[in-house]
Amino acid sequence: MSPKTLYDKIWDAHVAHEAEDGTTLLYIDRHLVHEVTSAQAFEGLRMTGRTVRAPDKTIAVPDHNVPTTPDRVNGIENEEGRIQVAALDTNAKEFGIHYYPMNDIRQGIVHIVGPEQGWTLPGMTVVCGDSHTATHGAFGALAHGIGTSEVEHVLATQTLIQKKSKNMKVEITGKLQPGVTAKDITLAVIGETGTAGGTGYVIEYCGEAIRDLSMEGRMTVCNMAIEGGARAGLIAPDETTFKYVNGRAHAPKGAQWEAAMDWWKTLFTDEGAEFDLVVTLKGEDIQPVVTWGTSPEDVLPITAKVPFPEDFTGGKVDAVKRALDYMGLESGTNLTDIEIDTVFIGSCTNGRIEDLRAVADVVKGKKIKDGMRAMIVPGSGLVRAQAEEEGLGDIFVEAGFEWRLAGCSMCLAMNPDQLSEHERCASTSNRNFEGRQGYKGRTHLVSPAMAAAAALTGKLTDVRELV
Amino acid sequence: MEKFEKLQGVAAPMPLVNIDTDMIIPKVHLKSIKRTGFGKNLFDEMRFNRDGTEIADFVLNKPQYRDADILVAGDNFGCGSSREHAPWAIADFGIKCVISTSFADIFFNNCFKNGILPIVLPQEQVDLLMADAEKGANARMTVDLVAQEITTSDGDVIKFDVDAFKKHCLLEGLDDIGLTMEKAASIDTFEEKAAQSRPWV
Ligand code: SF4
Repeated sequence: MSPKTLYDKIWDAHVAHEAEDGTTLLYIDRHLVHEVTSAQAFEGLRMTGRTVRAPDKTIAVPDHNVPTTPDRVNGIENEEGRIQVAALDTNAKEFGIHYYPMNDIRQGIVHIVGPEQGWTLPGMTVVCGDSHTATHGAFGALAHGIGTSEVEHVLATQTLIQKKSKNMKVEITGKLQPGVTAKDITLAVIGETGTAGGTGYVIEYCGEAIRDLSMEGRMTVCNMAIEGGARAGLIAPDETTFKYVNGRAHAPKGAQWEAAMDWWKTLFTDEGAEFDLVVTLKGEDIQPVVTWGTSPEDVLPITAKVPFPEDFTGGKVDAVKRALDYMGLESGTNLTDIEIDTVFIGSCTNGRIEDLRAVADVVKGKKIKDGMRAMIVPGSGLVRAQAEEEGLGDIFVEAGFEWRLAGCSMCLAMNPDQLSEHERCASTSNRNFEGRQGYKGRTHLVSPAMAAAAALTGKLTDVRELV
Repeated sequence: MEKFEKLQGVAAPMPLVNIDTDMIIPKVHLKSIKRTGFGKNLFDEMRFNRDGTEIADFVLNKPQYRDADILVAGDNFGCGSSREHAPWAIADFGIKCVISTSFADIFFNNCFKNGILPIVLPQEQVDLLMADAEKGANARMTVDLVAQEITTSDGDVIKFDVDAFKKHCLLEGLDDIGLTMEKAASIDTFEEKAAQSRPWV
């Protein structure tokens, strides 16, 4: 048998039908659902008299719209948001799918809840009406973000119409330097490949620096595969993965666990398998990075200066001019001289327990800059509970942070957590697009440790100077 | 779904690269639970001031492009979120075809589910069409899906590629779900086998 990549193996295990031209019905093992992209799909089922084919494999949780302030037990004030969440409540009940309602402690961002509850397992196909579904690739699961029509398609048929992507390998060799995190890796890769560099590919991340990451870190890396344009990101499962999965609520138990492990251990890229594209970065070369523009590819080491439009070519020159204007930045300014109004720590990129620990390490016993608005939003109710138990909640509150309830919050600002015009934010989320965190808001993407450092100094800061 | 065969109309030039889904439809407009009515918010923050007045120099506000049927755009159009609200807004506005050197994957797929034809062409050809679009409303372009050809206002003909299955669905206005349902037996068989080989799923 010819050697296969990890992607090839998972793909082959899920082909329910293949047409002559390669158009494939890919069987879906887990379908995650949230309130913003599902209402129209359920409505479509109703209109056509169809049902959910595999309600047992379908898991729903509201996250994008939910307020993250304690008063949310009294319901959502914004009418449209309330209607969307209520629609999910109704749809979950009517179609009999698994559901974590807003005030359940297990509620959280869909990409954090899936792994946490053991729904996401190695070798699975996972889809969700959300581009950051790529997160689940950290488990060696093939995870695609899909649109609402596809949500409806998966609900009705438990399959997705796909054509196979190409294989790309991103290898991060060696060790990371102190102060450099998974977030810096993933941003550095996008800086290298560009936001369209991964288009048409599924990326497998590998190399020593990836192996050394915890599951939390691996999820951060895969989460932003989509920002590099890839259809999915993957990391081969190993002992770190199995240890994380073992014992989770919906992970297999007993004999089933053994059977699963037998298969999971075969999920790696065979020696000699071919990749269509290979990108290699040295772990030692990666610096703590920040974004200066309005695309995740606009990334530079924190020690650099805001670039000049003339540093670029083609259509990017005008895009950079527009970005600098939008961001209110002068070319040539030291990145560390950029003053910050707000810090947002959270999202499916960096809202897990390890991220919160990294923040606590930086801010413990210190105070955030006077007048700074700084918010920590855990990725799930369980992450919050664990942080409380470890005493992190107290550290955050004493340092001056708002310590919120779980949700997407200011990652996309669909709930009341938003930037105002020209407000500048150091954010651990994944998108710095125009208006993403609020109308005319300005976003700099950073790691949790770097966000914590910015909260203390009031400027973009090299965290290595603080610890 | 409406059928797409041949389209003749005005093309609006948007040379900016990396036009993302937050630009196409900002999230404040994602709260509807319907599929329709998003056209009025297409490119909202680029098209309107906060007070609702139009930003005069935005391309779709210019008299010659207000009724554009085609968009010629910079690289990596539609990057960002999976929100199908983006193609819903584009279609609702009346644009049925987007041409660029590259598209983000999810957006590209979403277009076909909504009767929009996204066309990928090499840089020189996009440049040529961009120049044609810049001529304004008299420069009507023709997009012929059956022949897989674009004809510029000057009569230049450009061939384009499209996936055969997706072309078929667009031409016939077919609903994917119905098509897949016809293969239910294959899905049943797959499920039975998977229940044996991967019972923990
Ligand atoms: S946290 Fe942000 S990126 Fe993640 S699912 Fe929520 S809105 Fe999307």
